Amino acid sequence: MEIKKPAMSGTLESCDCQVTVEPGSGGVDLTLESVVINQYGNAIRQVTMSTLENLGIEDVRITIIDKGALDCTIKARIEGAAFRSVEQFDNIPWGGAVRE
Amino acid sequence: MNDNKKRLRRTMMFLNAQKPGLIRDPYIYKADSLMFDLEDAVAERQKDAARFSIYHALKKIDYRGCERVVRINGLDTKYWKEDVRCVVAGGCDAIRIPKTERAEQVKVVEAAVLAAEQEFGIPEGRTLLMAAIESARGVIKALDICEASERLFGIALSGGDYTKDLQTAITGTGIELMGARQNMIIAARAAGVQCFDTVYTDLDDMEGFRKDVKTIHLMGFDGKSIINPRQIPIVHEIFTPGEKEVVFAEKVVREIEDKAAKGIGVFTVDGKMIDIAFYDGAKRIIALAKAAGTYKGEL
Amino acid sequence: MINAVGRDIPEEILAQTGKEIFQGTHHFDGHTYKKDGPMTKCVIHSGGNKLVDSIHDVLVKCDIADGMTLGFHHHFRDGDYIVNMVMEEVHNMGIKDITICASSLGKAHDKLGEYIDDGTITNIQSSGVRGKIGQAISEGRLKGLAIMRSHGGRVRAIESGEVRIDIAFIGAPTCDDYGNSRGIGGKSNCGVLSYAMVDADYADKVVAITDCLVPFPNFPAHISMTKVDYVVVVDEIGDPKKIATGAAKPTTDMRKLMMADHCTQFVINTPYFKNGFSYQTGVGGASIASTISLSKVMKERNIRMRFGVGGLTKAMCDLLINDQVDVLLDTQDFDLAAVESVKNLNHFRISAGEYADPFNKGAVVNKLDFVILAALEIDVDFNCNVVVGSDGVITGAQGGHPDTAAGAKCTIVISPLLQGRIPAICTAVTTVTTPGECVDAVITDYGIAINPRRQDLIECMKDVDLPFTTMEELRDIAYSIAGTPEKVQFGDRVVGIIEARDGTIMDIVHQIKKD
Repeated sequence: MEIKKPAMSGTLESCDCQVTVEPGSGGVDLTLESVVINQYGNAIRQVTMSTLENLGIEDVRITIIDKGALDCTIKARIEGAAFRSVEQFDNIPWGGAVRE
Repeated sequence: MNDNKKRLRRTMMFLNAQKPGLIRDPYIYKADSLMFDLEDAVAERQKDAARFSIYHALKKIDYRGCERVVRINGLDTKYWKEDVRCVVAGGCDAIRIPKTERAEQVKVVEAAVLAAEQEFGIPEGRTLLMAAIESARGVIKALDICEASERLFGIALSGGDYTKDLQTAITGTGIELMGARQNMIIAARAAGVQCFDTVYTDLDDMEGFRKDVKTIHLMGFDGKSIINPRQIPIVHEIFTPGEKEVVFAEKVVREIEDKAAKGIGVFTVDGKMIDIAFYDGAKRIIALAKAAGTYKGEL
Repeated sequence: MINAVGRDIPEEILAQTGKEIFQGTHHFDGHTYKKDGPMTKCVIHSGGNKLVDSIHDVLVKCDIADGMTLGFHHHFRDGDYIVNMVMEEVHNMGIKDITICASSLGKAHDKLGEYIDDGTITNIQSSGVRGKIGQAISEGRLKGLAIMRSHGGRVRAIESGEVRIDIAFIGAPTCDDYGNSRGIGGKSNCGVLSYAMVDADYADKVVAITDCLVPFPNFPAHISMTKVDYVVVVDEIGDPKKIATGAAKPTTDMRKLMMADHCTQFVINTPYFKNGFSYQTGVGGASIASTISLSKVMKERNIRMRFGVGGLTKAMCDLLINDQVDVLLDTQDFDLAAVESVKNLNHFRISAGEYADPFNKGAVVNKLDFVILAALEIDVDFNCNVVVGSDGVITGAQGGHPDTAAGAKCTIVISPLLQGRIPAICTAVTTVTTPGECVDAVITDYGIAINPRRQDLIECMKDVDLPFTTMEELRDIAYSIAGTPEKVQFGDRVVGIIEARDGTIMDIVHQIKKD
């Protein structure tokens, strides 16, 4: 998947996270801000990388502002932003690129 | 037939699928069914995002025995088809169809669900359906709707939209819902499916809520739609057979079986006249108590 | 050196503080010592008064100097102006190296962060710290060690002479010109002055600060004139709206209500729930809901409470009004209803020492049946952390937590399994403040764990229909939902010690690592 335009998904409410994707400049550039950065910062980075990998995104500038979201929500928000960026709202690859 | 079709559904709690904090662990409130909403609770611009939320929640979170129902968007929108693909792939237990007025609508959704089950390797028939009736026409066509699909386990009344369609409003007296309630429970029973009552929105009036629940219980409803966990214990209390009721039911069952062997058809139990017609009802009470986890007997 | 809760206390800290490691809650039971009295300046001459025009002038009269220890109470909570007023003056006079010995510090005292950074304040001893002070300590900006004590522990430290307070400042809602102070009768009432009583008894100089001067004698005095050196009248001692808030409503959050309900069910199934029982709880919505549901059962079963104690709220005071409890013992008032109740016949003020000091001849907590507490974290050994957030920053207060937990026959801690994404039930708490041996049951929204040390409680809950489980199972569920948390990374420098009730070291707090 190629990120050609900026898109955002999620909110800053407790237990949620806000994900913004923008075209990258070669590689995955992740900026992470989290209320649980000490305890789960690495876990969040891992989930982000694997979700981007599943989506086939190799070149992106991604910003996550996290308010204590669980892994399933982080994935959902990343995917939400990604598919908005490519403007695909139907025939989502459930169980394929979008997977547990 | 899907074993889950006739499961216990005293409470069905509405949850906004777009709110991660709410869908994280609603099972602690022990509702029988959880209803994740992709329709009215989710803004137009968030319909897409809500799908990813619900997909991952369904796949990842263990809802500890609560049934997972998802309300898809109406068939008059551009969203419902992708909603079906998403939640079937996610493995939801049932889909709630809003604004149902014709049997044909149920069949259209059923076809989409089947296609999705095939596409995503979900065992065919696993995904159940329920229909929300929100208009006068829907109430009139209730029986057709109930019989439209083997997958359909029940119908639910959406009182807010229905009363607007009638050009009245929710009054708290229940009089504006009378026709819908009676028609729907009659239709559901005729078709052998379940029937659920509409939400009660005044969270400060627990007394009024209790009266409302008692009323629909007496009318024969199987359960109620819930908007706040505080409402759950009250519904469970009223809808679960009490100990006295269960003990009496046990006596009825034992006596009927015993007397049948002796060729006696009519007799009294605790001063009440009993015949074979009471058998199913008594067995149902015991089954209800078992399903609710309160049964302590040996039948 | 490893102490009784498995925490390693560095030798340097033991040497620096002269303290021992924690060796068990009852280690010093029966210990004897001599108390250390204050310097006392006689006032023999008749006539006159103790009024001093300003805080500046009173500091001069008290010979304020570098390195002194100043005492404060926290009865004004988030509405306190006293600490900031005094410290601003101390700072403006160019005084340095002050030790603050407060019964607690909170959000109202963020300004002290500045005085920490410029060396005015180099040591802090408090039940807890929040906000900017907590951050300053955790970031290593306080030159000396922060010492966190419980309410009972503070009294012990002062009476034994371990801490010598040079000047104590006692915010007094009403005061006469000779120093008789009361917690009621003015415009910024706090109800009681329990935490200040040990300061009045043991500080070398005692200054009453009031915004409501009343005619002599201001009796019955909560703090007697015989202990007060000077009286200063200011415009405002605090913000009344934040000192005594409106009564917190019982929670409507079903999750908290469920836990409160389980708590009540647990309590009534213990052998201690009988006529004449005693009870203490906190100020949160769940605590209040718990008290209300307990009072319903008390009514049904005709069971009277003999005494309620602690920081009091409307919920507890209602028990007195509704004649369900014989007496209330008051250490602090959280809301207006509690302040109002102070004048009731069976509502008694007690000092922090009478309440919780482990080093006197026996305090109220030893007679307590039930205490219902909260915590930031609880680990599989039932140790509690109420002071250090799971981000490593000091953010809470010991308060009476270790005192009541140690004294009560049945200590119950209520906490949701997860606070946001953070597991409240964990393998090992970030910092131990209350040792597991004192905690009998933990009630969460996912089940109840009884401490295996209490086989007697496990036995009496055998046939009770509550969701009993183990701390390990709860921890596992928490980690499976949220993921296993990584430990906070700390720096090497020790910035604070968690002092046990008896003055030994329960745990230490390290500086947080800054990337």
